[in-house]
Amino acid sequence: MDAALIPPGVQRCDFKKFAIWIGFVLLLLLWGLYGTALCLIKGLNQTHMNNYYGFALWIFLDLGVIALGAGAFFTGFLRYIIGIDKLKNIINIAVIIGWCCYGGALLILAIDVGQVLRAWHVFWYPNVHSMLTEVSFCISCYFMVLCVEYFPLILENPQLDKNRFLRILSHNFHEYMFIFAALGTFLSFFHQGSLGGTFGVLFTRPFAYRTGFFIWPWTFFLFILSAIASGPALTLLVTWFMQKVTRRKLVTYDVLELMGKIAGTLLCVYIVFKLLDTWYWATHVLPSKGMTLMDCYKGWFGSYGLWLLVAELGIFGVVPAIILVTPKLRKKEFWLILGALFDCIGVSINRFVMVLQSSAVPTYPFDKWPSYMPSWQEWATFGMVVAIALLVISLSYRYLPLFPQEKELNAN
Amino acid sequence: MGYEHKEERSHAEKYVMVIDIDKCTGCGACVVACAQENNIPVRTDETDKYLSLNWLVIYRVTNGEPFPKTKVVYVPRPCMHCDDPICVHVCPANATDKDAKGIVSQIYPRCFGCRYCMAACPYHARVFNWYDPTYPKGTERGFNPDVSTRMRGVVEKCSFCNHRYQRARDKAIAEGRVVLEDGEYIPACAEACPTNAIYFGNVKDPESKVSQILKKEKPYVFRLLEHYGSKPSVYYISRQPWVRERLDWMLEQEHKQYNKKS
Ligand code: SF4
Ligand code: SF4
Repeated sequence: MDAALIPPGVQRCDFKKFAIWIGFVLLLLLWGLYGTALCLIKGLNQTHMNNYYGFALWIFLDLGVIALGAGAFFTGFLRYIIGIDKLKNIINIAVIIGWCCYGGALLILAIDVGQVLRAWHVFWYPNVHSMLTEVSFCISCYFMVLCVEYFPLILENPQLDKNRFLRILSHNFHEYMFIFAALGTFLSFFHQGSLGGTFGVLFTRPFAYRTGFFIWPWTFFLFILSAIASGPALTLLVTWFMQKVTRRKLVTYDVLELMGKIAGTLLCVYIVFKLLDTWYWATHVLPSKGMTLMDCYKGWFGSYGLWLLVAELGIFGVVPAIILVTPKLRKKEFWLILGALFDCIGVSINRFVMVLQSSAVPTYPFDKWPSYMPSWQEWATFGMVVAIALLVISLSYRYLPLFPQEKELNAN
Repeated sequence: MGYEHKEERSHAEKYVMVIDIDKCTGCGACVVACAQENNIPVRTDETDKYLSLNWLVIYRVTNGEPFPKTKVVYVPRPCMHCDDPICVHVCPANATDKDAKGIVSQIYPRCFGCRYCMAACPYHARVFNWYDPTYPKGTERGFNPDVSTRMRGVVEKCSFCNHRYQRARDKAIAEGRVVLEDGEYIPACAEACPTNAIYFGNVKDPESKVSQILKKEKPYVFRLLEHYGSKPSVYYISRQPWVRERLDWMLEQEHKQYNKKS
């Protein structure tokens, strides 16, 4: 039925199957839209945030997807600026994942502010000293860059490609993509960093506070590092997952392995600095505030227990770093995927504690640990973002030539 | 001439609050006065205190000992109007500001409710309008016309009753004065306190009550969360060493010092 739209030479499942899948995604989207509408119409009382948890699930998810979406800019940087040619086989999907992550993050941010119609105040009355101002500017600009990067991919659809003007336009976009890759890299460094800075500058929140270099707290650099260490891992995971779902080979294994190697190498660097940072924070920063490490954790187990630190740095930090930098392990699909998955989980835990635990740690010695459990509306809003991502990826995979190697790998 | 006044004022005024914890009985008169003065909305269901709009709260703190050794104090906590206000530094829209006389203001129509300031303020002095403001029937007639009501989706906080300052200032200027008399401007909480536990005034005036009391009670004066570094403008007094130990995080050497005293 939609054969004319499918890129020539590749096989796709029949339209009925595809339509059923899209139907499920639309159901999720509908549920998300309902939750979102409630939040927008009735206000943020629909969430379970409160005066102690001003930042909660949404901000955590924002930070999480922005870190994991870093595959787009970093793969672009390595492909167009550094010139690692092999990455051309995976760059398209990296861009689309990035677009979904950043688009989703912007959408959630817009719902998360109390006065949505005043969101422009951040651009109109900017406080240049606020990390959030930097984040807002850089993310918005970078999303535009991502749109520009996504645009020529859309033009490659066989029907659009028939149009001479669009074909030339698409070609020219590809020619100058290095400019957007450079711009994207510049913007990304700043927003990833300033997201880290958003928490690191809070000298009044000892859990988050870090000393640093000049005006940048260490979290500024750690967030950049952890994003470029986990972004390629998510791109790898999604590509692998798409291969499993579609039962087709989309990229050669060495491309996935290369992504794993990039993620692993950067994760090693990140983990070393993160361990040093944690040690300095626990032995110098916290005591200077009159606190100890255990004042920032609620015992060993349970919510906000010290196990989170062990999980973040050990099981989901050091372990995947070792897996992904060991060539022998990387060669085995199981270990490669496990390493990438653990890498993403570790960085997500980091974002979780930075957002939630920073707010939860009692600031007064006599205060209690406040509890928080997201409302269904908060989950639904996230569901909407997931649904949009699934929709965009599904449609792009079906109708655009995303993987240059696909034809060749499935020739028989 | 107006400009000169401003200059003189900025050098001559810095308002601080001093709260004598040993005098506070926890009666809550200050909280009620604050709510009324500042048109603070009340919902029918206020069971979840984490959602309540309170500019001033009273913490009940015990020494942690079982009966009969239990001791209790009540700690009123307004916004600290910090001298290094993290909320002002982080607000992306410049919706909160620190003025020359030391008051940290909040510009409601500019705030877009990102809540970064709440995530930053360690005193929990900032509260968010989770709901549309509602008032018990009839109470609207008692609204304070000098204080704007706030809308859903913005952050609000104690203003040290800044409108009272403006009123006092208008009066002084009408009378041909520039500098306010001590006690001419005090917030509603300080005025309402039946035990006179809350002092308020210009710390740059050495003759003011607050300057005098801070000097006299110096060994017993402290600020909350001192080591966090936001330099609060609210001072507390307690002559009971355990109080300070329970209220703030102590550096190692301070622990020793206070243990000796208790
Ligand atoms: S107490 Fe909180 S809200 Fe008040 S000035 Fe200090 S940081 Fe800002
Ligand atoms: S909630 Fe309002 S006052 Fe607070 S940081 Fe955001 S814009 Fe500024």
